[in-house]
Amino acid sequence: MAACGTESNGLLERTRMGNLIDRVSGRKRSAISAKERLQLVLIHDRTDLTQTALEELKDDLIAVIARHVDIDPDAVRINVERNGREQRLVADIPLKGVTHHRGG
Amino acid sequence: MSAKIVTITSGKGGVGKTTAVANIAVALATNGAKVCCIDGDIGLRNLDVIMGLENRIVYDIVDVIEGRCRLRQAMIRDKRLPELFLIPAAQTRDKTAVSPSDMVRLADELRGEVDWVLIDSPAGIERGFRNTIAPADDILIITNPEVSAVRDADRVIGLIEAEEKNKPSLIINRINPVMIKAHDMLSAEDVLDLLAIPLIGIVPEDENVIVSANRGSPIVLNSKSIAGMAFRNIAQRLEGQEVPYLDLDNHGGLWNRIQRIAGKN
Repeated sequence: MAACGTESNGLLERTRMGNLIDRVSGRKRSAISAKERLQLVLIHDRTDLTQTALEELKDDLIAVIARHVDIDPDAVRINVERNGREQRLVADIPLKGVTHHRGG
Repeated sequence: MSAKIVTITSGKGGVGKTTAVANIAVALATNGAKVCCIDGDIGLRNLDVIMGLENRIVYDIVDVIEGRCRLRQAMIRDKRLPELFLIPAAQTRDKTAVSPSDMVRLADELRGEVDWVLIDSPAGIERGFRNTIAPADDILIITNPEVSAVRDADRVIGLIEAEEKNKPSLIINRINPVMIKAHDMLSAEDVLDLLAIPLIGIVPEDENVIVSANRGSPIVLNSKSIAGMAFRNIAQRLEGQEVPYLDLDNHGGLWNRIQRIAGKN
């Protein structure tokens, strides 16, 4: 799923606390589910970008880049990150190491 | 005199728009300003009953727009505060009776009459919403800490951004500190982080809001109510004063945490 890169510390603290409560109660506290679900829903509402569209975009991007450099398609990550009211498409594309041929 | 036109909107219904308009208006008028409220929810008139003025209505907003009465005749004077007025919605018409340009004309006429015009927006994002947004100098978004209300607020903020209006401010209404502490309600910081617009008020849940609605006497008139205090604070912030946020959880940390998040936006 699209991860949010710029979470507030508040959520992290609350998530950590929530995790503790989850472990004790065996159930995720509802405020944490609410926030996580809203983060994903709002990205979708704001950008009109579905998970399927994001996957298609990723495949196209891989095809184009692979024409120029050697990449591992399985290692490519594409996420929508949120910063305030701004959404940003972030692609992480590791390049394969070039095999150097040593002269014999 | 040149009034500031402020519209309160939410997307979702039932989150407290009408209550907020009535209370902020009463608070501003109590501070000595001349205020006129407009009920923009044509066909579903409600601001009159919340303000306790339902028996005084003769003319409504559609009568003014269609020229059946003068502006002054449709401004109902409040029974407690002589500088507070209400222009009621029409009850037997629908939102198509008014256009955004009609609203701009009406608001411009009011600019010379009062210090503040507060417009109560209908739920939804259709014509009625567009009518109330068109004349606004400033827009206040009101939401509850619930998934549906936050989602709708975000959608409305997006529409307002597209209209290139001033950035709206946020009122988070019906906060329940006990549920937040139990991690069963989104906190004010969570909502602020999700919607990412400046904050102007946090109003705790208070059953006195229902009691005052029953009586037609806005809760800011009740000096003991914490919700009333929160609405008075919003009015002061609108006037440009720096007012600290109420410490709802008695931990002293809420304000600091909110300031930290608000500073990021």
